[in-house]
Amino acid sequence: MAHPLFGVEMTDATMNTTSAHSDFGDYVALLKPRVMSLVVFTAAVGLIVAPGGMNPVLAFASILFIALGAGASGSLNMWWDADIDRIMKRTQGRPVPSGKVSANNAMLVGLWMSVLSVGMLGLTANWLAAGLLAFTIFFYAVVYSMWLKRSTPQNIVIGGAAGAFPPMVGWAAATGSVSIEAVGMFMLIFMWTPPHFWALALFMNEDYSKAGVPMLTVTHGKRTTRNHILVYTILLTPFCIGLAFTSIGGPIYFTMSVVLSAMFLQGAFKLYRRIEEDAVADKYASERKVFRFSLFYLFLLFAALLIEAALRALDLQWSAWPQVF
Amino acid sequence: MTDAEIHARRKKNNIMLGLVLIAFVVLVFSITVAKMMGGANMEAADHVLRPQLIEQ
Repeated sequence: MAHPLFGVEMTDATMNTTSAHSDFGDYVALLKPRVMSLVVFTAAVGLIVAPGGMNPVLAFASILFIALGAGASGSLNMWWDADIDRIMKRTQGRPVPSGKVSANNAMLVGLWMSVLSVGMLGLTANWLAAGLLAFTIFFYAVVYSMWLKRSTPQNIVIGGAAGAFPPMVGWAAATGSVSIEAVGMFMLIFMWTPPHFWALALFMNEDYSKAGVPMLTVTHGKRTTRNHILVYTILLTPFCIGLAFTSIGGPIYFTMSVVLSAMFLQGAFKLYRRIEEDAVADKYASERKVFRFSLFYLFLLFAALLIEAALRALDLQWSAWPQVF
Repeated sequence: MTDAEIHARRKKNNIMLGLVLIAFVVLVFSITVAKMMGGANMEAADHVLRPQLIEQ
C-alpha cells in the first residue's frame, strides 16, 4: 500500500508503529488520571463555594473542561519528559516511556486538548476562567516541565503554582472574577506543594538522582530538605488557618485547619529531627507517612470548605463568625 | 501480535472513541440548552445592528 502523502510503498514495519498497538486506556493514562482527580476535586470546590451559584449543567461542563486542561498539560509533560521518565522507576510504566504511545502522539493529544479545553471553557463559563486555564497549562508544560524541572532545585516551589490554579479557575468560572478567597485557595495549595513533594523526594531520591533531576534532595542533600520541609510547613500554617476568616470559611473549617496544621507540623518536625540512618533503617516509614498525610490534609481542608458552603446554602452558618479578609 | 488481534484492538479503540465523540455532542447540546434557558442571546451578530442585540 502506498503512503497517501509521500507516495512511497509502506511496509509492515512502517504501518506497525507504536500507536498501532495503543489501547484507548493508554491515552487515558497519558492524561494522568490521578492528578486529574485532585484537579477535579479542588476546581469543583472552588466553583461550588463561590457566591452566586451556577447552572448545574454549565458547572459540570466547566469542571470537565478544567479536568481536560489538566489532562492536556499532563500529556505535554509526558511528551517532554519521556527521556527522564524512562530512567525513573516510578515513571517507567507511563505510556510514552513504555512505548505504548509515541511521543509525537502525546504532544498532539496535549496540544489539541489544550485548545479544546480552553475554547470550550470560554464558551461554557467565561473567558477569564479560560485565560487562567490556558495560563495554567502553559505554566505546567513550559515553565515547569521544560524550564524549571531540570534547571533548579526550586522547581517544585515555583512549579507548584500550576497545581494551585484549579480552584481559582473554578471560582472564576462561577463568578467571572478573582477575589481574596480564590487567592487564598491558590496560596493554600501553592504553599502545601513543597513539603508534599519534598517528603516524596526523601524516599524517591535515587530515582531523581539517576535521572539528573535537580530536586533539593539531590542538589543540597536530605538534611537541607528536612529543614526546608519544616520551614515551608510553618509558612503554610497561616495561609491554611487564615482561609477560615474569609467569606468561604467558618468554625468547621477553622477547627479542621487548626487540627490538621498541628498534625502536619508535628510530622514535619519529626522529619526535621530524624537522622538519615534511622530513616534508612525503617525504609523511610515516617517520610512515607508524612507524604500520605499531606494528601489527606489537602483533601480534608477542601472538604471542610464544601461543608461550610453547604451550611451557608441551608442558612445554618454562624452569623457572628469574624470575616477578617 | 496477529492481524486479527490488531483489528480487534482497533475496533475496540474505535468504539470507545465513537462513544467519547457522542458524549461530546450530547455535552455541547446540553450546554447550548442550558445557556438558552439562562437567557443567553439566541441571535448572533450579522453585521446589522438590531435592537434585540443591545444589552439592557
